[in-house]
Amino acid sequence: MKETAPQKIEDIEIRLLLEALYLKYHYDFRNYAMASVKRRLRQAREQLGFDTFSAMQERLLHEPAMLPRILGYLTVQVSEMFRDPSYFRALREKVVPHLRTYPSLRVWIAGCSGGEELYSFSILFREEGLEERTLFYATDINPDALHAAEAGVFAVDRLQLFTENHRKSGGKSSLSDYYQAAYGRASFDKGLRRNVVFSDHSLVTDAVFAEMQLISCRNVLIYFDRNLQDRALGLFKDSLARRGFLGLGAKESLRFSEHAGAFVDFVREEKIYQRRAP
Amino acid sequence: MSASPQAVVIGSSAGALEALSRILSVLPATFILPVIAVVHLPPDKRSILAELLQARCAVRVREAEDKEPITPGTIYFAPPDYHLLVEMDRSLSLSSDEPVLFSRPSIDVLFESAADAYGCGLLGVVLTGANHDGARGLNAIVEGGGSAIVQDPDSAFAPAMPQAAIEACPNARVLSVDAIASYLQEIGRS
Ligand SMILES: C[S@@+](CC[C@H](N)C(=O)[O-])C[C@H]1O[C@@H](n2cnc3c(N)ncnc32)[C@H](O)[C@@H]1O
Repeated sequence: MKETAPQKIEDIEIRLLLEALYLKYHYDFRNYAMASVKRRLRQAREQLGFDTFSAMQERLLHEPAMLPRILGYLTVQVSEMFRDPSYFRALREKVVPHLRTYPSLRVWIAGCSGGEELYSFSILFREEGLEERTLFYATDINPDALHAAEAGVFAVDRLQLFTENHRKSGGKSSLSDYYQAAYGRASFDKGLRRNVVFSDHSLVTDAVFAEMQLISCRNVLIYFDRNLQDRALGLFKDSLARRGFLGLGAKESLRFSEHAGAFVDFVREEKIYQRRAP
Repeated sequence: MSASPQAVVIGSSAGALEALSRILSVLPATFILPVIAVVHLPPDKRSILAELLQARCAVRVREAEDKEPITPGTIYFAPPDYHLLVEMDRSLSLSSDEPVLFSRPSIDVLFESAADAYGCGLLGVVLTGANHDGARGLNAIVEGGGSAIVQDPDSAFAPAMPQAAIEACPNARVLSVDAIASYLQEIGRS
């Protein structure tokens, strides 16, 4: 055993709060990476005006309206369209040629946040002529994020970055072909979500639901501890068709996972893996 | 000063490379403490910091990986565009949370989480820099019983960061870069 600081009251309270959140609402943050959870809960406590986490817990248990507010702190909604353009370029150049050989495709965007990643995929798939044969599943645990993803509306001041990213990803069209801007908001083409199923799904507590040819789960696993990362990777392993693809975030990898043996590196630098034939 | 440190955290921005290489290059291969550092860099740059410094250092220098256990005698740098945090079991975590004080990685985020994990066994060091990141974190380290060193602002390439740190922690030791280097050598002897 490594020595750790004696347990502080704050740490006890945080554990109890997470337990309460799980028992009452079935959101399970108990095995997330705690340093970040603690930081965000401290922010929540300060900004929501509670003196202690115990007080916050009491309100959370007795007042369901507190749930979305606390959930908003616990689930980090930072995203971009075509985030890490080199990842999307690798998909386009190396993965798409394989996907073309399938008559129909299922693609799962796990932890889709407000939809930035999903729209990046559906634009890329339209550009590559794969859109018609593809069914996308976009899942997250934060209901507000899922609503935002379904709406497909983004602040226009984010579009410069999105446009630049799209271009760097090897985009074959202009991003402005896909949205209409008015009153500071850009609404993306409804057609881009015609073949999308939006769904509440937790990588921590839910099971596999369909067989996929491609799964993209980026910047979600870093928020989990190692056991939870393995649980999620196990879901991906079980959900992927043979020779299906898995893409992770730039700083996530299979290296320390017990499931590493089920995959081969496909584009190593971009954390794109391929499921071995079992 | 407090109990002898089990780990060192360092934060710096403008002028960091020069200051850090003067400090880290004198540490011998037998240096036993882990050093965890945040340096502000342009977000889209592939980090060459660890490589650059490794070429000049006898100790092992690497870019931190998510959920990696902290090993003694190793210097870790936060990758660009991710926060770096220390977990209670003394492993490292990355996060893509919003920038803090316009910075990702944030010195405050690293320092606050390391203060939780190491308590009085932590030494925090704030070096040259042109903003106020690190001041709040250094204060958290001191509040947790750890110790604080700040580079002498007069000798710093950019004095704002050390100045803010001294204001937040008036009892921090204020030292030149060379004095910081000798002090680290001393506490990291096996
Ligand atoms: C930092 S965002 C990443 C968004 C996007 N994938 C990207 O890379 O830009 C993390 C997302 O993971 C979601 N999330 C957190 N825990 C989850 C879980 N257990 N199952 C599914 N999604 C989760 C959060 O709600 C959030 O939308």
